[in-house]
Order: sequence, then C-alpha cells, then structure tokens
Amino acid sequence: MEAGSAVGSVRIRAGRAAAGLTSPWVLKSASILFVLGLWQWAGTVPVSIAFPSCTETLAALWDMLVDGTLASAYAETAGPLIVGILLTGVGGVLAGLVMGLSRRAEWLGLPLFIVLQASPSAAIVPLITFIYGIGFTAKVFAVVLLSAPVIVLNSYRGIANTPRSLLEMSSAFLASRWQRIWKVVIPAGSGLIFAGLRLGVAQGFTGAILAELIITPTGVGDLITYYRSVADYPAMFASILSIIVVASVSVTLLQRAEQRLFRPEMRAL
Amino acid sequence: MAFSLLVWFALWEVVGRLDLVSLLPPFTDVLAALVEVVPSPTFVDAAWITLQAFVIGMGLSFAVGIGVGILMGTSRAVGSVMGMWVNIFESSPLTAVVPALMALLGFGLPTMIVTVFLFSVWVIALDTQVGVERVNPSLVEMGRSFGATKRVLYSRIILLAALPELLAGIRLGLIRGLKGVVIGQLLIAVVGVGYLFELYSRSFLMPEFWALLIVLFGFAFLAAEVVAYFERKVSFYASSR
Amino acid sequence: MTRSASITSRPGAGDSTQDARGPAVRVVDLTKDFPGGVRALGGVTFDVPRGELTCIIGPSGCGKTTTLKIIAGLVEATSGRVEVDGTPVTGPGPDRAFVFQDFALMPWATVLRNVAFGLELRGVPRREREETAREYVEKVGLTGFEDAYPHQLSGGMRQRVGLARALAVDAEILLMDEPFASVDEQIRRKFQEDLLRLLSHEEKTVIFVTHSIEEAVYVSDQVVILTRGPGRVSKAVRPGVDRSGDSDSIRRSEAYLDWVERIWGELQGYLEK
Repeated sequence: MEAGSAVGSVRIRAGRAAAGLTSPWVLKSASILFVLGLWQWAGTVPVSIAFPSCTETLAALWDMLVDGTLASAYAETAGPLIVGILLTGVGGVLAGLVMGLSRRAEWLGLPLFIVLQASPSAAIVPLITFIYGIGFTAKVFAVVLLSAPVIVLNSYRGIANTPRSLLEMSSAFLASRWQRIWKVVIPAGSGLIFAGLRLGVAQGFTGAILAELIITPTGVGDLITYYRSVADYPAMFASILSIIVVASVSVTLLQRAEQRLFRPEMRAL
Repeated sequence: MAFSLLVWFALWEVVGRLDLVSLLPPFTDVLAALVEVVPSPTFVDAAWITLQAFVIGMGLSFAVGIGVGILMGTSRAVGSVMGMWVNIFESSPLTAVVPALMALLGFGLPTMIVTVFLFSVWVIALDTQVGVERVNPSLVEMGRSFGATKRVLYSRIILLAALPELLAGIRLGLIRGLKGVVIGQLLIAVVGVGYLFELYSRSFLMPEFWALLIVLFGFAFLAAEVVAYFERKVSFYASSR
Repeated sequence: MTRSASITSRPGAGDSTQDARGPAVRVVDLTKDFPGGVRALGGVTFDVPRGELTCIIGPSGCGKTTTLKIIAGLVEATSGRVEVDGTPVTGPGPDRAFVFQDFALMPWATVLRNVAFGLELRGVPRREREETAREYVEKVGLTGFEDAYPHQLSGGMRQRVGLARALAVDAEILLMDEPFASVDEQIRRKFQEDLLRLLSHEEKTVIFVTHSIEEAVYVSDQVVILTRGPGRVSKAVRPGVDRSGDSDSIRRSEAYLDWVERIWGELQGYLEK
C-alpha cells in the first residue's frame, strides 16, 4: 500500500514538486492549518450565529481546561466507558472464542450478533432507563450494547479462521485439543481479536456519549447539551472538539500498538 | 444457520409470556404490533421522512466517498493527507457532533441528511481507496497501451477492478447511514422514527417499539443483502485481479 | 558418500529383502474419495523399504500428496490400509514426522521455538528442547537465526526450519511434501545435496513427494510413479544412481540421464491419455 499505486501514473505528471515539500508530515500539517484557517474564516464571516470561529473555540477550550470543567467532565465519562470496555473486552472475546471453537455456539450466536451489529441498536439506549435507571449502570449498559457485537464478531472471525496448514501441522506433531487451541488457534487469531477491541473502543465512545446525551446528563455529553442550552457555542464546539480528539487519539494509539504487535507476524506463512 | 434466530425468537416469546423482563413483551405481540403499525399513517409519515433523509444522505456519501476514495487511491500524497482526516473521523463518536448540527441546521431534514452523510462517508472512502490501490498495475498499463483516455481508464477499468471493495464499503456505509439517521432522530426527538421511538418508550408501548426496531433492522438487512448479492456476483474476479 | 548401483550404504539400511523387520511402510490398495465424487486415489499399493528414500512422483492431481498425508495419518483413506512397522495407521504418531510444502511455520514464534515445537507439544522441558532445537538449527545451516522470525527469512530458510522441526522429534519416518517446490532452482539443487548429506548421518526412512523427475532420480533409492487421478501405481523403479562423484558430474552421467528419460517416458504415456 505504501509503495504507491501504478494507477497514480494515470495522472498528469507535470509539476512534480521537490521531494522535501511533499513529505507526508509537511502535507498533513499543512492540511491541518488549512482546515483551521477555513474554520476561522467560516466562523468570522459568520456562516451562522451558532458557528464560532476557530480562535473562539480554542479559547473556550483553554478556559475549560484551565478551570477544570473538562477534567471533571472526562472523569465522569471515563468511568462507564472504561468499565463497559473492560466488560465487553473480556466477555466479548470469550464469547467470540467459544463461538469460534464450538459449532453449536456458532450456530446459536453468529446470526444473533450479525443482527445486532447491523441494527441501529442505538434506539434501545433510551429504553435502558427503564431497567437501570439513570445511573452508572445504565451508561455502562449503553457502552456494552454498542461495542459488544463488533468485538464478538471479530474475535469469532479470528478464532474460526485459523489457517488450515497450521492446524494440520499441529495435528501432525501430535498436539492435543487444548494445546492446539492455546498454542496455535488463539495466537493466530490474536490480530483480529485486537482489531475488534480497537473497533469496540471506538464504538464504546459513541455509546458513552449517546447515553450522556439521551439518558442522563453527565460528563462530556452534559457539557455539550448545557452549552447549547445557554447558546455558548464556542464552549459547545470546544467540548465536541475535545471528545473527537480524545477518541481519535485513543483509537490511533491502539492502532499503532496493533501494528507493532501484530503486523509483521500476521502474514500467514 | 439463520434458523438459530428462530430459537431466539422462541426464547423471546417465553420470556415475554412469563413477564420476566418488563421491556420484552411476547414475540407474538410484537409481530401483531408490526402488522398494525406498518400501515398506520404515523408510521408511514415517519418512515417517509426517514427514508428521504437516508436516501439523500447516502447519495451524497456515495458521490463524495467514492470520489475522494478514488483520489486517495490514485495519489499517494492525497492518500496520506486525506487518509489522516478520514481515519480521525471514522473512529470518532460523531454522535457528539449532532447537537452542533442541530444548533446550525435546525431540527429537520438538513440535520438528518448531514448526520447520515457524516456517519457513512468515511468507510466508503476508505474501502474505495483500498480497492483502487489494489488494482493490478498491469491492467492500467494494458489500458494505456491501447490508448484509453483517462475517463475510459477510470470508468471501464479502475472502477470495475475496484468494485468488490467498493461494494463492501457501500454495504458497511448503508448500515452506518441507517444508524446515523436513527441516532440523529433520537437526538432531535421530534421527527421521524426517532420521534416514534421516543413516543413508544415514553408511553411504554413495548410491542410497538420492538416492531419498529425490527422494521428498521429489516430494512438495513435487506439493503445490505442486496449489496452483498452484487458483491458475490463480482467476487469471482476478485481473487484473480 | 559412496554408492553403487543398487546397494545402499546408509547406516541401518540393508538390502530390503534381507531386513527381517520388513518394509517400514506398507501401503495396500489405498483409495480416497473426496466429497463431490472426486476419486483421488484408485487403489495405490507399494512398499517403502526401511532406511531408504522413496520418492512418489506423478502428474498434478494424481494424489501423491494425498497418499503422503494418509501415511502421515492426517487424512483418512476411504478404503485400503497403511501399515507402519506392521501396525495399521489410525492417525498421526511419534514414529512419523511431516515436512510441509508451504512450511506451516507459526509466524509469531522464533525459529528456535518453531523448531522445538514438536518437542514442546510432547512436554519436553524447555531447556532440553531448546538445546535439541539448537542442534538441529545448526544441522540445517541456520546458526545465528535462532531468534529470527519467519517473516524475516527467505523461502529456502523457512523450509529449512520446517525440516529441522521434523528432524528434531527424531521420528523413524520422515514424510516430505514437495519440500523444495517453493524454493529457487539454484537453491533447490543445493538443498537436495544437503538433504542427502544430512540423512547420511541419520537412520531414517524417507518418503518424498515431488513432481520433478530430476529431483526424484537424484535423491531416491526407489521411485514410485503414480498415474493421473484416480491415482494408481504405474511403476516402482530403483534408479540406483552412482553418487561417488561430485554432484555436477552425477547429473550429467549417462545412468542419471537415462533414468530421467525413462521415467519421463512413463509419465508422458499418462499425460496423453
């Protein structure tokens, strides 16, 4: 992928810039500056009363950082998010494992999780209050609801798709069933399992925010709702910006970790 | 294998009859509500507005997503810069952006359309990029050696060669777009199926609630299956590209 | 290693008719049907003399790998039987070790761990199995690569890891499935010579599947030729090439070239049918 595609040769070759100027870092930073600039322009025009400029938003962000509102909001959001991810991480991977190893579990569970993955299960979030009220548990449930299917399905795919040649090899060298599962199937599937966890974390963020916007005004979701209600648009945008950044950074870190831990080894040999 | 769903439905029926979980009415009640709800005017109105938002939003997604994806796959520079942005948004909880959209665009169709677009465009762009990058260079060279113009090259060769990944992206995009329209409406709360969900849960009309969810799921599933059908038709050449 | 026409001088290998223990492997009337009605083997019968290298050769699809895997116990025959040392085969066993065509190495494990894997599965304690593994890593010429990962190795090196792994478990019978097919031509010849040199120090019976006639004639004591699917044994011959000279002159010798021609002719007959 990094080697560049020959399809690129279709484009006109005129104007090949000097290599230094087109290095990825330079381009990416330039694009960030460009987007921020565009934002600033749109905010000062202004495109709408409700659209703050970039500088206003960043100023509000700074204020919230300094006076601790961001910190306490994130502390509130983080709790259910982390607990929920831990639950689905452990439970979901186990479920995927069982489904990958047992035909019966696969028959029972796979259609269910495929349905759950494809449905707009967010619709269930408002219902959660009926069982779990508006507290911590309700928010954890929202996180679990949104992140479980993708974790389970990816773990299942990792376990169920062990390369045949490795299975044959372990058989040839007299592995017992447990040895095969522990020493071959799980390591072979660990790449997909981790990818599932990464995707699950991204979904978990969505679940946490959704819960805070719909069920119970706490944490970052509450910041967004509150500032909108008082028409403090710079602060609202700042809150939104912060969660986008936090989520992206977390998921990107996981992606880096995944690439370092798994990529070279995941090529089936 | 899908027959196991029947087992789950049977379990649902039992749980409902025994009144074990207040939220879960017997499955048969849900089916009855389904038959009642679907032809009703409230539902039709809600479905209509939801469908509008969905179709327009997805249309935009296709156009922008595929276009950007092709650019990303063609030029390494564009691919790496746009890739950064696309990846950032693909993994963000865009749900958080919806309140801002509501403040900017109001509580109606425009917000919903943009929500559908924002939920689905990234995965379409990413998968299109992958598809274009995987196009066998020999195919392109072959086209050029026969004097194909750029337009022909793109439409006849590259797009077709990238079709399997493109369709996969579209299928995932459809599912996300549907989630987007539902989430958007849940937050707006006064329109479409989001409003209905709100209404049913407030009035504790559980059979109606689940019936609506099943309808939406059925729609998502059908759309995804249609695309999957085309994916299968096209996959025969996927491995030999 | 000095060899003359048909008497092998590998340690432990006697003239098979004199070995009272009988052939190491006996394949009798093996058939194999695959789901979908494909008959891969239509009654294969041959003996594998103890301590010798027997090649199974034939056109693609003749079932040579299937036969090998049935002997290994990895695939079940539809009918017929395989006996190892007189005992019928019911599954894989410690008496047989397999070398895979696509290497089948665990990408997440180092060379050392891969080589020691057979021993690991048997519960051999870590220090002991690593010591044994190091020995075999050396024997296949990969000293210094013990801590490398498979993706860092070339195809030829990966295959040597597979070979070391199979040797490390010290099974009497070595089964090799087109081991040099994924390797460059130049390296392939060297591997053939290395293999013979390695085996000259071990007391093993080897069954080797290949589609290269030159390879078969160069390395084997016996060549079993299978017809195209459903496979049957068309002939079993003993080339007995004189390996007293250097490899290049052997490969140019009349006896060698004659045998290659003869087997080629045999196979051609089936290609045209």
